[in-house]
Amino acid sequence: MLSVVARRGLYMLVTLAVVSVLSFAIIAAPPGSALSQKISQLQSQGGEVTEAQIVALKEQYGVDDSWFTQYGKWITGFWHGDFGFSFTLNEPVSSVIWSRLALSVLLSIGALLIAWGLSIPLGVYSATHRHTLPDSVITVIQFIGVAIPEFLFALVVMSLAAHYLGTDVGGLFSNDYADAPWGWGKFVDLLGHLWVPLIVIAAGSTAWLTRVMRANLLDVLNNQYVQTARAKGVAERQVIWKHAVRNSLHPLVMTFGTTFPVLISGEAIVSIVLNLPTIGPLLVNSLLNKDMYVAGTILLLLSALLVIGNFVADLLLTVVDPRIRFGE
Amino acid sequence: MSQLYAAGDDVHATARHEESHLDSSPVLSVCDLEVQFPTPLGLVRALNGVTFDVPRGKVLGIVGESGCGKSVTARAVLQIIEKPGRITGGSITLRGESETTEITGLGPDSKRMRALRGSEIAMIFQEPMSSLNPVYTIGAQIAEAVLIHQTPDRDEALRRAVDMLRQVGMPHPEAAAASYPHQLSGGMRQRAMIAMALSCNPTLLIADEPTTALDVTTEAQILELIRNLRDRAGMSIMFITHSMGVVAQLCDEVIVMYLGRIVERGSVDDLFYDAKHPYTRALLRSIPRIGGNRKAPLEVIEGSVPDPHHRLAGCPFHPGCPKAIPGRCDTTVPAPSTAGPGHTVQCHLYQADEIGHPERAENV
Repeated sequence: MLSVVARRGLYMLVTLAVVSVLSFAIIAAPPGSALSQKISQLQSQGGEVTEAQIVALKEQYGVDDSWFTQYGKWITGFWHGDFGFSFTLNEPVSSVIWSRLALSVLLSIGALLIAWGLSIPLGVYSATHRHTLPDSVITVIQFIGVAIPEFLFALVVMSLAAHYLGTDVGGLFSNDYADAPWGWGKFVDLLGHLWVPLIVIAAGSTAWLTRVMRANLLDVLNNQYVQTARAKGVAERQVIWKHAVRNSLHPLVMTFGTTFPVLISGEAIVSIVLNLPTIGPLLVNSLLNKDMYVAGTILLLLSALLVIGNFVADLLLTVVDPRIRFGE
Repeated sequence: MSQLYAAGDDVHATARHEESHLDSSPVLSVCDLEVQFPTPLGLVRALNGVTFDVPRGKVLGIVGESGCGKSVTARAVLQIIEKPGRITGGSITLRGESETTEITGLGPDSKRMRALRGSEIAMIFQEPMSSLNPVYTIGAQIAEAVLIHQTPDRDEALRRAVDMLRQVGMPHPEAAAASYPHQLSGGMRQRAMIAMALSCNPTLLIADEPTTALDVTTEAQILELIRNLRDRAGMSIMFITHSMGVVAQLCDEVIVMYLGRIVERGSVDDLFYDAKHPYTRALLRSIPRIGGNRKAPLEVIEGSVPDPHHRLAGCPFHPGCPKAIPGRCDTTVPAPSTAGPGHTVQCHLYQADEIGHPERAENV
């Protein structure tokens, strides 16, 4: 088991190394740089920018080096937590990225937990009450949930919340708490702002997973061992939950690895609409501005999350299904 | 009858001792049982008035081709018919060790019905590959039945599970109890299923084609095990199969089903040496024999099983029957008539009634 974890860890590192080279090369490929934009900005503001200054700046940021040299500088910095410098924000990448990444991961995991928590019971109910009115209602809601674009749903929820609950829903904190030190009140205020994005991000995957759960359980219920359990005298409720549901969880566990990046990309749009300081809008801006160190770092960290998520999903699967064992 | 059991410590010993008294009372009586499946394509009548008894301490074989209602009969006894099927008529009576129960009077998910399942009536299924849950160990699955019916003590239940595995001839029972179904072979899984079925000393064991998915050697071992159960433990067994060979090896009495009806019932000897119903005869003639004429083509039963949504008038076998009497077999369902002691047949050819063709029976 331990050797398998070690081997998978090595594979993950190799994967990430390849991802880092590729993403950096792609980001560096288009002509121009964030710096040239900055220089033209300075010039348009009427500032005297001498040739010497430009050369000095270029020297400082190293923009005339080949992308490979830039990559080398960037990637060696990783060992001591230095991800490079953001051209547009004038800050080290590491100081802007962590809080945003933490919020993104928090939102994504929260949304995934909500999706699991809702889709399992809903899917089970839907499957065990097939072709009844509640099943049809759940199915219709699922289709709407899958079909509705997230930005639209975010706007709808936001305007409804603003209209009926009278709360201010954009951003992370109310104006009162924005600069306040951490405390209970600020925490409650944070939760009051987080539920809208959580619902919006979770909606699509909840609908999808409910669908998956229903289909899977219907399939499992046809298995002979379900009848065996009934023939043993197991109560129907236990037959469903202990014998059938346990066998239909695989795809939901696998989603831990695969919905993670989907949730983060969905989160980008929602965050833009709801004005949340998450990683998504930062990634979009950095790509638009060719802020290569920021973009490269975010892409690499997201890839790391994807790879780790898949690994965790694989480990969870061995817990759920004894037929899956590593290295045997 | 039932109170005779109450005194005995060892149920099986008591059963053997009292066997002579109990001979007359069948373990299970099924009377006029009807099961229907309302489907979008129409109503499927899976069982149309099935009546039979399972004699105590004997093996009753139920034979018939696919779709004749064998498995539905077995599931009806446990009230685990798959939705949307349900029992629409008739009665099922179980004469257990301590009391007589009208199974058809209990709700399918009622507490009393669940108390019967696994403890009074146990069932083993056709596919040992899929009849055990892949995510729990063999021991845990056997112990589950013991925990439901016998003891709340987990360790005791697990000990009991290992013990049962040993009794059904599982090599290394401790290791088997700790393993998952996919780690065992088909024959071992079927042994585990039997151990599970026997774990609570059922009065009646229903075996639904338990050897169909196994190879011949394993089949022989499983049949030997079931024979032992009858002989040593005096267990009553309802054995469903489509193999006449298995019937000959194992059963004491046989019922032959066709399209949701019983067409003939008798002892194994009655059936093999003195079959009456044209369907039974055709079934027997369609078995290839070692040493038979190799050139002669194997006999087939004419026609195929009719569409289940379509209800046939008269005897269900009349479209394929070589002896069908026009105007009679295709209009009225034959009543059972006696062909000998314990041997009944539902066929117009044997009804010495108002129309009066007793001589027909002679030259069938």
